[in-house]
Amino acid sequence: MKVPLSWLRQYVDVNLPAAELAHRLTMAGVEVGEVQETGGWDEVYVGSVTAVRPHPNADRLRLCTVTTGSASDGGVEELEVVCGAPNVAAGQKICFARVGAHLYNAHSGRYETLAAARIRGVESQGMICSELELGLGDDHSGIIVLPDDAPLGEPLSDYLGDTILDLELTPNRLDCLSMLGVAHEVAALTGGAVTEPEAGYEEAGPPAAQRVSIAIADPDLCRRYTATVIDGVSIGPSPQWLQDRLIRAGLRPISNVVDVTNFVMLEYNQPLHAFDFHAVKDATVIVRRARPGEKLTTLDGVERVLNPENLVIADSNDPIGLGGVIGGANSEIGPQTGTVLLESANFAAANNRETAQAMGLRTEATLRFEKGLRPELAPMALRRATALIQQVAGGTAAPGIIDVYPEPPDSPPTVTLTMRRLRQSLGMDVGITQAQAALDSLGFHCAQSSRDDGDSGGGDAGGALEVAIPWWRNDVNIEDDLVEEVVRVIGYDAVPTVMLSTPIPFHSPSPAIALREAVKDLLAAGGMQEVINYPLASMELLERAVPVGGETPPMRIANPMSATHEYLRPTLQAGLLATLAANQSHGPGPFRLFEAGRVFLPRSGDLPEEVETVAALLAGRRSETSWHNPMGGGAAGGGGAMDFFDAKGMVEWLLERVGIGGAVWEPGEHSVYQPGRCAVVRHSGGELGFVGEVHPSVRERFGLDSGPVAGFELRLAALLEALPESERHFVSLPRFPAATRDLALIVPADIPAGRVTGLILRHRLVQRAELFDIYSGENLAPGTKSLAFHVHFQAADRTLTNEEVSRSLDGLLRTLEREAGAALRS
Amino acid sequence: MVQPTQQNIEDLAGAALAELSALDSLESLEQWRIAYLGRRGSLTVVLRGLAGLDIEERRRIGALANQAKQSLESGLEARTREINEAALLRAAQEDRLDVTLPGRYPAEGRLHPTTQIVREICAAFAGMGFSVVEGPEVEWDHYNFEMLNIPKGHPARDMWNTLWVDYTNEAGEQPMLLRTHTSPMQARVMESRRPPVRVIVPGKCYRYEATDATHEWHFYQVEGLAVDEGITFANLKGTLYEFARRLFGEERRVRFRCDYFPFVEPGVDMSIDCFACQGASGQAQDGGCRICRDSGWIEIMGAGMVHPRVLSGVGYDPDKYTGFAFGLGPERIAMLKYGIDDIRHFYANDLRFLRQF
Repeated sequence: MKVPLSWLRQYVDVNLPAAELAHRLTMAGVEVGEVQETGGWDEVYVGSVTAVRPHPNADRLRLCTVTTGSASDGGVEELEVVCGAPNVAAGQKICFARVGAHLYNAHSGRYETLAAARIRGVESQGMICSELELGLGDDHSGIIVLPDDAPLGEPLSDYLGDTILDLELTPNRLDCLSMLGVAHEVAALTGGAVTEPEAGYEEAGPPAAQRVSIAIADPDLCRRYTATVIDGVSIGPSPQWLQDRLIRAGLRPISNVVDVTNFVMLEYNQPLHAFDFHAVKDATVIVRRARPGEKLTTLDGVERVLNPENLVIADSNDPIGLGGVIGGANSEIGPQTGTVLLESANFAAANNRETAQAMGLRTEATLRFEKGLRPELAPMALRRATALIQQVAGGTAAPGIIDVYPEPPDSPPTVTLTMRRLRQSLGMDVGITQAQAALDSLGFHCAQSSRDDGDSGGGDAGGALEVAIPWWRNDVNIEDDLVEEVVRVIGYDAVPTVMLSTPIPFHSPSPAIALREAVKDLLAAGGMQEVINYPLASMELLERAVPVGGETPPMRIANPMSATHEYLRPTLQAGLLATLAANQSHGPGPFRLFEAGRVFLPRSGDLPEEVETVAALLAGRRSETSWHNPMGGGAAGGGGAMDFFDAKGMVEWLLERVGIGGAVWEPGEHSVYQPGRCAVVRHSGGELGFVGEVHPSVRERFGLDSGPVAGFELRLAALLEALPESERHFVSLPRFPAATRDLALIVPADIPAGRVTGLILRHRLVQRAELFDIYSGENLAPGTKSLAFHVHFQAADRTLTNEEVSRSLDGLLRTLEREAGAALRS
Repeated sequence: MVQPTQQNIEDLAGAALAELSALDSLESLEQWRIAYLGRRGSLTVVLRGLAGLDIEERRRIGALANQAKQSLESGLEARTREINEAALLRAAQEDRLDVTLPGRYPAEGRLHPTTQIVREICAAFAGMGFSVVEGPEVEWDHYNFEMLNIPKGHPARDMWNTLWVDYTNEAGEQPMLLRTHTSPMQARVMESRRPPVRVIVPGKCYRYEATDATHEWHFYQVEGLAVDEGITFANLKGTLYEFARRLFGEERRVRFRCDYFPFVEPGVDMSIDCFACQGASGQAQDGGCRICRDSGWIEIMGAGMVHPRVLSGVGYDPDKYTGFAFGLGPERIAMLKYGIDDIRHFYANDLRFLRQF
């Protein structure tokens, strides 16, 4: 909403600098996005053309004698100017730029300083300006002709300069879409008073009510319809002042009658519509729902097919307008129009919004009706507009107005404000005198109520106000709305700043959040970088990682911004792999990336299951290449590329650190990972997740660098279930030494090392065991492999003797032979 | 064969010690030891000759000879130590490190800056008794809008451009959406328990919005809600002022201005005075502050007193209970604190960005 101060001053005294006014409005909730200044022209004055003669050497140019009224030796100074504008004429008031003025040059496209110049042999001592040259508009077809009463010799900046406040309104502040609404706001902030415009006019002839018949068929969609009839208007351009007002407020002038409807809409907020009276068949207006399939060509030239959800203004047969949205072409005001039927009505907000949205129309009318205008407004704006039409287009108004108002309320809306509620909401006492003063300044009408608020013992801090809501406010409906009105006037600084002192409520902490955050901390401590990807992806990207579609395809967004962000991810892998690929273009890594986020699994007829998941990728050399290790080796596990065991080690360490013991690792299958290089990790039968090396064809689809990419994906809910219930317990440090024996075993090649390790660890007196070598090949029978362990025997209560250790070892070997076909390597 | 006389012994010892002081390698010391103290060494041989002397002479010369032997031995020991130390010193000189070479880093991992700032925000409120709860990212229209006093067809819905899920219920409505704010948890939390309530809700939000340097369609929000008997706007001010100080420094000042959110009344937004220019740019015309764009103030969150319709919607008596709610954007806070100029960096996941935090 653009508010030119020149217009605003018509209703309220603006005695503050524009920046200060903008600040106060913003603080009170009417945000001023920008303060635009027009003007600032030096050496440009209101001038007058005293004579026009042909140019001796050019047909299209003329020599104009111009004066600004200033004195010179021989009386009044007169200057000769060459002018090419077709509309220049003697007697005009014009914008005259003297030599030295800074103007826009349409030929060079730049601002330039005007110099005296010879044009076709005649010296020009200045310039008569167009809109374009002054930066006031795009028009360069002719010069600006000022009103006759423009003050000769006044600097143009004083006369035409303006300040425009560009308001960025929140949807509740409908009132500030009008000059009067803003004026009331300004009055409250500056202590001024609002002058409402004149709305009186001459009436003659038969009463309006006899000229036209108006009926509301659907009062749920149209609460009130008012109209006047004006005969004998002459349609033409609006006077300059009216055009200026509209242009500065950002609207395009059309013709005098239409311009008045727009002007009054900007003044009062009430959208109006002018029909060509003679196009309204049978002088009958019916406000009704459209018939199915009924058609209307609207003012924008579009033929629209209507349905009963649309409210139309119809004559005895056909729609002539889409109520409160846009007019019909069939009843449009044109040069031929002699009689105007002027409508000022009140339409139901929700229906108006629905129709406008369905038609893809966001008109100035809809912008207002959809927010719920007050019905009182209709006749006020109607009278004002009728008066103005008479003023700018002539004609005679039929006496009276037509006012169809099926269910007028008994009394204007009032809301009670108790001092108790003010105190309860704000935490401070606002005296009733101060509250009333604040509301009065905004134009509310307050009456002190006899009703006592019950707990303050009366006095200034008690009591209540019965507050009548003025016609321009639609946003004040409950007591708390009035609390806001009071506090935004007295200022938020007046409210004390007090810490909460009510008891802290107990909300049981969420173990899932705690676990997720612990996992993130651990992974970061383990050298992994957290990333956060968009949860929406394209089908194509998802399919590069995992087969989707199938029986439960991922959830789709109905109105995606692009195909790139169309589906809710059922896996974190696709996003992570794409992130890895993007980063590989910046360098060779190493990359250790993880994401802790939700994946979305559809459920029939319900919100999706949002599964908290943590997934990771490891790629590149185990450590960065440097002068220490030019090949990038050196860290734990030696040099070379990270692989399955780097991912597995990260998960093992993670499980150990969060306190999950007894996880079981088995060969697994997962479409992201390469078969045979993928493990499923389980706990008590439940699946915690998968670890693996990314399938070569997945790597290729994401365009990843060559070399293995290892990763894992864990479900946090499963981890949470596997967490021991109890807190961890201290285990005494061993007091007696351990005895260590090395054990080299030959086992069938298909026996997993994990199984052998498990057998060893379960044996009596074995405290721990480390696999330190795996070998197969030469010197071993085909189909076998050798596993070598350090096995540590220890007892809590004594030092083990050699015989005890040997006996235990013998028993262990027998078990291993029986359970795993293992034999000691000789 | 040298006779074991006092003169001879003293000469021999003197010559040996003089020779010793000139030696500078462990090998030559060993040769010296063999030459004087070895089994056939000069001094050993002299000592052997003592047997031929009479008892008196043997005792006298014997003592002298032993003294000489000891002085040779201790001389050898001292010289050996000197040579060893010199060798160590030489070796150390040769083994000097270029201490300006880079050290070996452990594998580096960091948390995403959003995680870090969300934690910082949550910790500040946790210290004021707020508990962290989370809610679904895919929501019903019911919680995202209707329970927040934004019924269907309400013009305020234009404030939240919504991404709708492609799902139609039996009534032909499309009621499922990606939450546009974390506020739906206000209703969910209050539905699930009686007052008092004091929670913060961090999480992802989504809007149908073109991205630019300050707008992302996918972003985080931290919502806060405190409801009880006797909670007032003064408490809102106290809580948010304390938050501003904890995040942006003790000397911060705050400013509230009227704003509109359908689920609060009165509604405000809170600004802090600019921590970069200390609010000075607001006065100085030449300011040039990049952070507050010379306004001296930075808007950081919206807030307000919970709307009575929101309270009654969840079955709380709005005459008895009051409360405040607030919401803020962690990315914006991080951008302000760390001088990040473009929100699009956050979820582009360029490691060159992420590793700065």
